[in-house]
Amino acid sequence: MSVSAARVVRRRLANLTFEVFCWVVTAVALVALAAILWSLVRQGVGGLNLDVFIKSTPAPGSPGGLANAITGSLMMCLLAMAMALVVGVLSGTWLAEYGGHSTYGSVIRFLNDVLLSAPSILVGVFVSEILVKPFHTFSGIAGAVALSLLAVPVITRTTEDVLLLQAQTLREAGVALGATFSYVIRQILWRSARSGLLTGALLAFARISGETAPLLFTALNNQFFTLDLRHPTANLPVVIFNYALSAYDDWRRLAWAGALLIAVAVLAITIVARILAQEPKRS
Amino acid sequence: MSDAAVPVARAPTRRAAPRGARIGRIFEGLCFAAATTLLVALGGLIASLVIGGWPAIHKFGLGFLFSTTWNPVTDEYGAAGPIVGTLVTSAIALLLALPVAGGVAFFLTELCPAPLRQPIGTAVELLAGIPSIVYGMWGLFVFAPLFSKWVQMPMMMAAKPGSLLEKLTEGVPNGSGILSASIILAIMILPFMAATLRELLLTVPPAVRESAYRLGATTAEVVMSVTLPYVRTGAIGAVMLGLGRALGETMAVTFIIGNSHGFPKSLFDSGSTIASTIANEFAEATTEMHGGALVYLGLVLFVMSFAVLGLARLMLRRQAIRL
Repeated sequence: MSVSAARVVRRRLANLTFEVFCWVVTAVALVALAAILWSLVRQGVGGLNLDVFIKSTPAPGSPGGLANAITGSLMMCLLAMAMALVVGVLSGTWLAEYGGHSTYGSVIRFLNDVLLSAPSILVGVFVSEILVKPFHTFSGIAGAVALSLLAVPVITRTTEDVLLLQAQTLREAGVALGATFSYVIRQILWRSARSGLLTGALLAFARISGETAPLLFTALNNQFFTLDLRHPTANLPVVIFNYALSAYDDWRRLAWAGALLIAVAVLAITIVARILAQEPKRS
Repeated sequence: MSDAAVPVARAPTRRAAPRGARIGRIFEGLCFAAATTLLVALGGLIASLVIGGWPAIHKFGLGFLFSTTWNPVTDEYGAAGPIVGTLVTSAIALLLALPVAGGVAFFLTELCPAPLRQPIGTAVELLAGIPSIVYGMWGLFVFAPLFSKWVQMPMMMAAKPGSLLEKLTEGVPNGSGILSASIILAIMILPFMAATLRELLLTVPPAVRESAYRLGATTAEVVMSVTLPYVRTGAIGAVMLGLGRALGETMAVTFIIGNSHGFPKSLFDSGSTIASTIANEFAEATTEMHGGALVYLGLVLFVMSFAVLGLARLMLRRQAIRL
């Protein structure tokens, strides 16, 4: 009897230790992450003002903002998304509707999964080898290509997933009405999966808008305002990187403001994507 | 659009069917081409790393991996410093992040009061998406000064001359270095790993958990002997996915590792990882050999992280989980 009582005590104690550990560890993790967000907001808000949005990156000591970097980032991300959407949606469609069950299909799916978390700096090296070195100039286009290579796996994955969620009867009904299969895909499946596809696109957009490493040696940076993506193009992540590591206080303030802008943008996009993903509870 | 409307309206005329079929074939071809783009991109990535790194691969061979020289002036390069830096920081980060991520995931699936479950779970997932440059900046400006004052200084004071602790804590206590980088890396992969593990644990059928509880198992026993073993393969995959991220992470590390090329001598010594070395030097590499050595480094990183990521994906797939 006493043996089993001791055992009960031991088990209870072990369980208590486990539960306390989980509570404490979760609290510590949440506090650490909250601390990061808090210092981001505190330092970032101090640097935010109208100049940030309307003036270009300054020389140390003179007033300026991040207008050129914000514009450059937006242009590159949008161009990257345009390219990535075409490739990603089509390849996701192929995996879901055409060749997903073949050996080749599973190889592609596997490679896509691996690319999903591949080191982004290697993508930067790759694009720099094929689009920067041959042309002897850093360019916004190279930056956009690098970003699109990071967005494609995300879009491919979500496209395949949402298409596989569409009812099989939807396909059968379309084909039974005499439509070709490609017509069914384009006009019926893509439409009924619309919000899912949009979610994937937004998640990809959120992913690439904060990427720094692949831009370091593709788009590089530009002190001036430019809309021409054939030249080095300023972008938020690289400006943040350079300014944060500089010795000037006003540059560091701008870096914090930029980091806050990116974090807020990423969080906002992700939240919108999640809301969209929850919505389609129709049939 | 019209390709389908035609056969519906005019039954099987001779023109309509082939036209629809042709568009269908073109569409399928486009989809196939897009899927193949992925293969081409990966192939191109490998090819460009081999070709770009060829001068260095040719000159240094495999000795590159074991040499600690990194001297752009004499054009002598060896990767041992960055490789060891990458492995050590990733390993420490994983050691630190794993118990915490596990604790958070267990908390969210077993212990958390119901009303808090969804908000905390969502918050963790959102944090997993914060760009790593934010973690890096926080590490440099907020974490490093505190770490220097409250951890590095006291530990160096406490270390007796000649002891192991003294060896481990050598270096300049300025808050940056191998250990600091590992901690920032751990904080960065933590939300990702916690979210992934939680997702996995949620796939355990409720009946399995509930029967375990009904048999009198404590929470700890349910987690350790029932739910965790249930998702074992997937959990290992998830952890390796976290490791893969840590290996290739650039921005969170570059800010705070100190960026010196030598072999890191202690936990507080400054060092470098493969990714941070490439990030710092690639745009400014002037000689062909310097650029080649950096691309060769990239190839090493590629092999390391793709082995880890590939294995992780295979394990997750055996669990039939797609994350």
